[in-house]
Amino acid sequence: MTALSKLLKTTAFKLALGFFVMFAIGSVLIIGFIGRNVRQVLEEDNDQIILSEINGLSEQYSTGGLERLVRIVERRSIRPGALLYLVTTNAGEKLAGNVATLPDGVLNHPGLVETPYQRNDENEARHPALARILSVPGGFRLLVGRDLEERGRLAHILNRALFTWLGLLAAIGTLGGLFVARRVLVRVDSINAKALTIMNGDLDGRLPVTGTGDELDRLAQSLNTMLDRIGDLLKGLREVSDNIAHDLRTPLTRLRNRAEDALRGSKTDEEKHTALEKVIEESDGLIRVFNALLLIARAEAGDIHETSAEFDLAAVAHDVVELYEPTAEEAGQHLKIDVPVNCPAFGNRELISQALANLIDNGLKYGGKTVVVGIVKSETDVELSVADSGVGIPAQDRERALDRFVRLDASRSRPGFGLGLSLCNAVAHLHHGSLRLEDNNPGLKVVLRWPSLGAVSRPAILLPAAE
Amino acid sequence: MQVPKGPAFFCILDYEESMRILVIEDDFEAAKYLVKAFVESGHVVDHASNGLDGYAMAQDGKYDVLIVDRMLPKMDGLTLIGGLREQGVQTPVLILSALGQVDDRVKGLRAGGDDYLSKPYAFSELLARVEVLMRRRGAATTEETAYKVGSLEIDRLSHKVARAGTEIDLQPREYRLLEYLMKNAGQVVTRTMLLEHVWDYHFDPQTNVIDVHISRLRSKIDKGFDPQLLHTVRGAGYMIRDGA
Repeated sequence: MTALSKLLKTTAFKLALGFFVMFAIGSVLIIGFIGRNVRQVLEEDNDQIILSEINGLSEQYSTGGLERLVRIVERRSIRPGALLYLVTTNAGEKLAGNVATLPDGVLNHPGLVETPYQRNDENEARHPALARILSVPGGFRLLVGRDLEERGRLAHILNRALFTWLGLLAAIGTLGGLFVARRVLVRVDSINAKALTIMNGDLDGRLPVTGTGDELDRLAQSLNTMLDRIGDLLKGLREVSDNIAHDLRTPLTRLRNRAEDALRGSKTDEEKHTALEKVIEESDGLIRVFNALLLIARAEAGDIHETSAEFDLAAVAHDVVELYEPTAEEAGQHLKIDVPVNCPAFGNRELISQALANLIDNGLKYGGKTVVVGIVKSETDVELSVADSGVGIPAQDRERALDRFVRLDASRSRPGFGLGLSLCNAVAHLHHGSLRLEDNNPGLKVVLRWPSLGAVSRPAILLPAAE
Repeated sequence: MQVPKGPAFFCILDYEESMRILVIEDDFEAAKYLVKAFVESGHVVDHASNGLDGYAMAQDGKYDVLIVDRMLPKMDGLTLIGGLREQGVQTPVLILSALGQVDDRVKGLRAGGDDYLSKPYAFSELLARVEVLMRRRGAATTEETAYKVGSLEIDRLSHKVARAGTEIDLQPREYRLLEYLMKNAGQVVTRTMLLEHVWDYHFDPQTNVIDVHISRLRSKIDKGFDPQLLHTVRGAGYMIRDGA
């Protein structure tokens, strides 16, 4: 594609062309309108002059007879810049006047007429004239007219003005259009080129932003934000699949080993039974992991508007604590609860319960002697917290702790897959809230915060934050 | 603790009668496994591989329980259940689904399903739930006001619990746990069933919290008495029955 044909295809050029056509039509209409009006005014003016002259002459005739009329006409005919005069008999014989020839039969129709004529003393071509013909009683005809050369000159001036203007308009429009189109084209081409390199694998590349804040800049910014968001999601996805591949290999290997072990050698029924139970146990663990992953994935992608309702968070806290209390007691730990009597909150009771169960489970697993469940309610938000007195999480590890499959004890000696906190994080996001890890001095305090009044009017979580 | 002999999920015996079960499931392998497992558990099983066939077979109400996959060719599982209920067929339905989310379950139950199990599931879980459904069908009309298993009695009006005439003091949740077990006496009740009915949770709390609750309850109702009534069924769940 040549540069010109590319230019001709641009939106800016098409716009310029469109504007040119519109302006041209407009100009023709305006100038035509002006010409018409001026001509009409002139004609009315001419007619007025002719009419008063002919009335004057007609009066002279009625008072002074033909002789006087002829005399006056002859005198007026030779004045400089005179009107056109002609007095004839009914047969067409000229008695007086400055008109030499007229087309045949013109004099037979009294009233206003536009006709070509020739003057007495001139050899030039015929001119158009506006004339009024009067049948004078007594068998004569009187013609008074005016040369219309003036009108032709006006039309000529107007036509010249119109064509000059159209030519200028075409030149300015084309040049301007080309200039604007080129400017836009250069920007669009650079955006396009960058997009191509991004498509070809430069996923960290971003579209050029000139900083002028115009439409193209805003477009580039939006696309960049979109690329950032997609990049984040992609990174998350890649991490997840890496982690899944890595972290599920261990339990899968264990599962396979146990199954092989069950088949190997001669075993009693009891031994085989035990080995198979281990296999089932192992696969149950894997199913749990997949369920948690599925829940996290859905929580990160979806909306829970449909299943959300108002519920008493304090009651939920009591229920979950009661569920875990015997377990804590058996392990010699204290599970305390510090919540208001009644705490209405909006959300999915089931998911909040599950998140709380996960947090308590974590607290009991890693958190030392005491685990405290608390609720703080502000005007707009509720905060559900689980605080423990264990070793806590160092500040630099806290963000990472929310990722999938991250387990901070390097030895990975405790049971679990490192999905608990990411699940809670996903539940928080689903409620348009957040999950916060804090220092409990000593220990860890996990705070799940979300708006208590429902998230109906809030933007969907996947939209980038407004500027 | 008694450990019944045999593979984990075939240990649930003591049926007064076998059930007639209709499995409506389009995945042939899954259906074959279900049919085999139910037959080995002593039940009579038919199989329909699409929604329309299943609907036709279930219409006369000769089955005790229907097991319906949610996504079926020719007629969707929920439509099938809705159609049956409209026709007045009240056969208990257990919905199987790969969509294991809260709202999906609610939709399934709203359409007329009686229970909901998401894939992948353990057969022992499915069997326990199916048996509870069938038993419920027989006893649905009259809610008993008292349950009795061996020398253990509970009064559902006063919430009083007594073992061999001695009153036992239970926490409210322990009472509900025992009540649910007694209501399904002689049947295996799984951990997830307990979570659903006693705590109203539909998620898996990962650790063995239920086991600890059960062992507390056991220490209150079984400790110092003979025979033991609250049994652990390995690989499946728990059961209250007269130890005889």
